[in-house]
Amino acid sequence: MNNADKNQLKDVVFKYLGVFASLIGIILLTIFIASIISDGLKRIDWQFLTSLPSRKADRAGILTAWTGSLWIFFLTALISIPLGIAAAIYLEEYSKKNRLSRILEINITNLAGVPSVIYGILGLEIFVRTWKLGGSLLAGAFTLSLLILPIIIVATREAIKAVPATIKEASFGMGATKWQTIWHQVLPSSAGGIATGVILALSRAVGEAAPVIVIGALAYVPFVAQSPMDEFTVLPIQIFNWVSRPDAGFITNAAAGIIILLAVTFLLNGIAVYLRYRWQRHLKW
Amino acid sequence: MLKVRLKEKIIESGLWLSAMATILTTIAIIWVLISQSFVFFQHVSIIEFLTETEWTPLFSNKKYGILPLLAGTISTTLVAILVALPLGITIAIYLSEYAPKLVRNLFKPALEILAAVPTVVYGFFALTVVTPFLKNIFPGISTFNALSAGLVMGIMIIPMVSSLSEDALRAVPNSLREAAFGMGSTKFQTSFQVLVPAASSGIIVSVILAISRAIGETMIVAIAAGQQPNLTLNPLETVETITAFIVQVSLGDVPHGSIEYQTIFAAGLMLFLFTFVLNNISHYLKEKFQEKYE
Repeated sequence: MNNADKNQLKDVVFKYLGVFASLIGIILLTIFIASIISDGLKRIDWQFLTSLPSRKADRAGILTAWTGSLWIFFLTALISIPLGIAAAIYLEEYSKKNRLSRILEINITNLAGVPSVIYGILGLEIFVRTWKLGGSLLAGAFTLSLLILPIIIVATREAIKAVPATIKEASFGMGATKWQTIWHQVLPSSAGGIATGVILALSRAVGEAAPVIVIGALAYVPFVAQSPMDEFTVLPIQIFNWVSRPDAGFITNAAAGIIILLAVTFLLNGIAVYLRYRWQRHLKW
Repeated sequence: MLKVRLKEKIIESGLWLSAMATILTTIAIIWVLISQSFVFFQHVSIIEFLTETEWTPLFSNKKYGILPLLAGTISTTLVAILVALPLGITIAIYLSEYAPKLVRNLFKPALEILAAVPTVVYGFFALTVVTPFLKNIFPGISTFNALSAGLVMGIMIIPMVSSLSEDALRAVPNSLREAAFGMGSTKFQTSFQVLVPAASSGIIVSVILAISRAIGETMIVAIAAGQQPNLTLNPLETVETITAFIVQVSLGDVPHGSIEYQTIFAAGLMLFLFTFVLNNISHYLKEKFQEKYE
């Protein structure tokens, strides 16, 4: 074999190595999910979805956990969406290129890199203690809102940036003010992109356990939360709690809980991908 | 007219306030960590914190040395990077230089799924699938160990390394590729001898961000690596990372305000400093790297 042949061979081998590397993670994940489904699917029934937590594995359910996650989803959406979109509009449409805008940009990049458990510590001091919200749903939603704010801001800015300047100019030409232009032209045109980012961010919030554990959400909450000031648990915490118990019955429960959590995560991600696809097709101005 | 202008001003102020909320968040994080750590460091000297080799704040014989937690964080992170670095860069080169467009459009979103899976799920994966598998290879391995947690964490951060590295490779001008092909190089030679060096700063950025992500990861290590501070870099042993310790204290019944409780702020400050420095290094490199081909 001469040198050229050797090099050709290396080239081909590397190509297959690339395919292998790209797929290995997905394959492992698929095998794992399949094994979880075979372990946990039989555990999912009406009783599992509507029962309170219990010391006995076969009587325990995820009612408090999934209602808590639902509360967190909507409260976090309520806080983070207006705040994130408003901040993004300011950065993209109003802020002048100066020192402050540079600091704002670097700061958002930095916030995106802060570990989620640190947001938990922040929430513990500010929302739980200083604002005296306790380990409530509201404290959890504020904490998770700050966590996902950078994601929403970055996605919204990208979507706004994609709106062609001609649309804005036409609006200004008709005598519209800056805010009228943003509200009636820019936001509707970028809604698909913004929605994609928001849903991905909320999916992240629903899957988080560490920050809500730190602010004091409990694994054992024997009632369904009725108001934002109630104590709560969420699905990831319930799963974590079951995983840490030695009894095999709880491991089955954890597998069943994971199936529900993954179903929600993949559903949200699926919606986001679909919206992005539709929005990008619609983007041909 | 005046009313319209007033309304515009009010809206602009509201938007400005929302943007400022992000600055406020950073200030609040730093203030909380420093002020609460200050309380801690009034009881424990910084020297003890940085040099003592035992971390036992929850025992009766209390010792406050961060080194064992640091060792746990380093060993899980190291394992994760040893997985994610070679796989991530191979994927990046394959997707940017080899894969047809259709394959790329299929593989990229598939890889993103790895980053979308909640981390408690990965923790369960590590504990119930990977650890039993590892027991076949290393019979002496602990039920909770850094290796299993690190391996799974590595899989999770693959898309971080691969997507940012791919961006960096694709940013290399085509003239460099054409020059290399013109000299008779194969794609493999072009990739490793021309493109990877040319895109090195971008690739380094992706790796630094992945390290920072691994250091801050909490649930995988809390579930699979254990909750036992251990000054060792042996990945087969039970360890505890900084993040897992914070979770452990939060779940326990340590009274708020006690010195044991304040440890989470000192540990959190340590964690924040590491990720902050790494993120800023990567930010600095990214700025420099973006200017290069303009």
